[in-house]
Amino acid sequence: MILVIAEQRDGKLNRASWEAIAAAQALAGELPVKAAIIGGSVAALAAELASAGVAEVLTVEDPALASYTPDAHTIALRAVVESASPTFVLMPHTYQTRDCAPMLAARMGRALITDVTALSGTGKDAAFTRPMFQGKLAAQVKPLGEPPFFITVQIGAFRADAVRKGGNAPVTPVTVSIDAAAVRQKAEPPFQEAKQAVDLGQAERIVAVGRGIKSQEHIAIAEKLAAALGAELAASRPICDNGWLPMERQIGSSGQTVAPKLYLALGISGAIQHLVGMKGSRTIVAINKDAEAPIFEVADYGIVGDLFEIVPALIAELEKN
Amino acid sequence: MKIAVCIKQVPTREWQPRLTDDKTWIREHDVSYEMNEPDAYALEEALRLREKHGGEVVVCSAGPARVQQVIREALARGADRALHVEDDRLAAADASVTADALAAAMAEERFDLVLTGLQSDDLGQAQVGVVLAEKLAIPHSTIIMDVQADPASGSVRVKRELEGGWFQWIAMPLPALLTIQSGINQLRYATLKGIMAAKKKEIRKVAMPDARPMQQVIGLALPTRAKETRQITGSAGEAAKELVRVLREEARVL
Repeated sequence: MILVIAEQRDGKLNRASWEAIAAAQALAGELPVKAAIIGGSVAALAAELASAGVAEVLTVEDPALASYTPDAHTIALRAVVESASPTFVLMPHTYQTRDCAPMLAARMGRALITDVTALSGTGKDAAFTRPMFQGKLAAQVKPLGEPPFFITVQIGAFRADAVRKGGNAPVTPVTVSIDAAAVRQKAEPPFQEAKQAVDLGQAERIVAVGRGIKSQEHIAIAEKLAAALGAELAASRPICDNGWLPMERQIGSSGQTVAPKLYLALGISGAIQHLVGMKGSRTIVAINKDAEAPIFEVADYGIVGDLFEIVPALIAELEKN
Repeated sequence: MKIAVCIKQVPTREWQPRLTDDKTWIREHDVSYEMNEPDAYALEEALRLREKHGGEVVVCSAGPARVQQVIREALARGADRALHVEDDRLAAADASVTADALAAAMAEERFDLVLTGLQSDDLGQAQVGVVLAEKLAIPHSTIIMDVQADPASGSVRVKRELEGGWFQWIAMPLPALLTIQSGINQLRYATLKGIMAAKKKEIRKVAMPDARPMQQVIGLALPTRAKETRQITGSAGEAAKELVRVLREEARVL
């Protein structure tokens, strides 16, 4: 049996949970798939999951789970996993999963393979593909030791709309007592730093810069290219970390997710955290000196070369007409 | 405060992967190494906390002899001393083995705060910090963008990054483990004085404990492409002209 642990925020299942269910259905072979959801109150979410072509939906409701802490979540999820005895436990590779899945697997003494992008084989013969070395290589990995094996599924690697729906699975509550003294963290409500002045999600064209731009003074040529293209300027995380562009212009898992008509990546190597934020763009152009850079895996058009030569030539070409 | 910083040595960003003949690992003798970037931010945060609250910063690293390079660099940037779990098996160790090795070295030290980078630039499992916290039986929080320590009350309040520009403050008692997000601070670099001083600082070798791997790499390969990229070649001027043409006439996005 394969158990998918779904994730909610503000009473809504996230898309990544449906992607994890799609991955579970692909992995299952003959094995049944079950889903679990935990929180302060989860009846509506459990009903939604019951339509996902799963055999059963397991729930835990407890006031201690109303706002996320790794300690309370790990206690509850361990009880769910132990009651279900699955072969595999699949979770979406979100920031919340990154916070609690390693703790859960370590506490149970079980294997955890993170950030999985593809599967081969089904059931016990399965191997899992995940990026390594900043996406320069793809590794095929097998879990060792005893099941359950914990797997986290990369955002966007499986299609939420591929979930086979059907049936109305029974919802079974799992009884857990969460000792308040065992929950060491106290969480305050989530907040946004400042109202995002720039909504890159609305931009039709985006020019994004990465480490290849080398220094702050060179941002100006990217700006000039963006102006010539009628594009918004954006960046990968390291550029914003350096303060060369404001954080609100960051594309990727910790910034904005965009899908413009044109995405032009300048000197961006294409670490997975960046790709998840832009790979849905309609036309992707990559300009990079490294022909092996992972950005070319998602690019429709590529130029391997020195952006400091190509960008001025592009600006000149665009200004001709 | 007694602060530990876990530091990993990883291949440089410029490194082009070459595989071993059985294609299950990289050819290590081709590799040049550097400090894992998120760990550099964790080190910087530890140094700032020491400047504010006093105490010491101890570098902890698990890896073969070559990782002394990054240990020395961390000492040159200002860490006080180091623990090095040295074993060739740690070169390709999974998160569970690495955390076991670090936990064995760190348990007796009873650190008030343990900092790690949020993930490594090589395996990128994003697990070692959290698993280490569990093995040390201390609370943790991950992807941290601000640390407000209060050693007097024995607590720490941290700003945790959520997805899509959201954040959350979390408080917990010390000792605790935090995984630090890149960009939390501005990095300092080693001064000549720091480099000289580092030569005299203690690096204590610790023996590798028994540790059981939890996963096995059965193959490594270049990633498969989601799209067939059309490479545009020629001089900068020719490539620019052709790119503008295809964007106008084929992709129709201009």
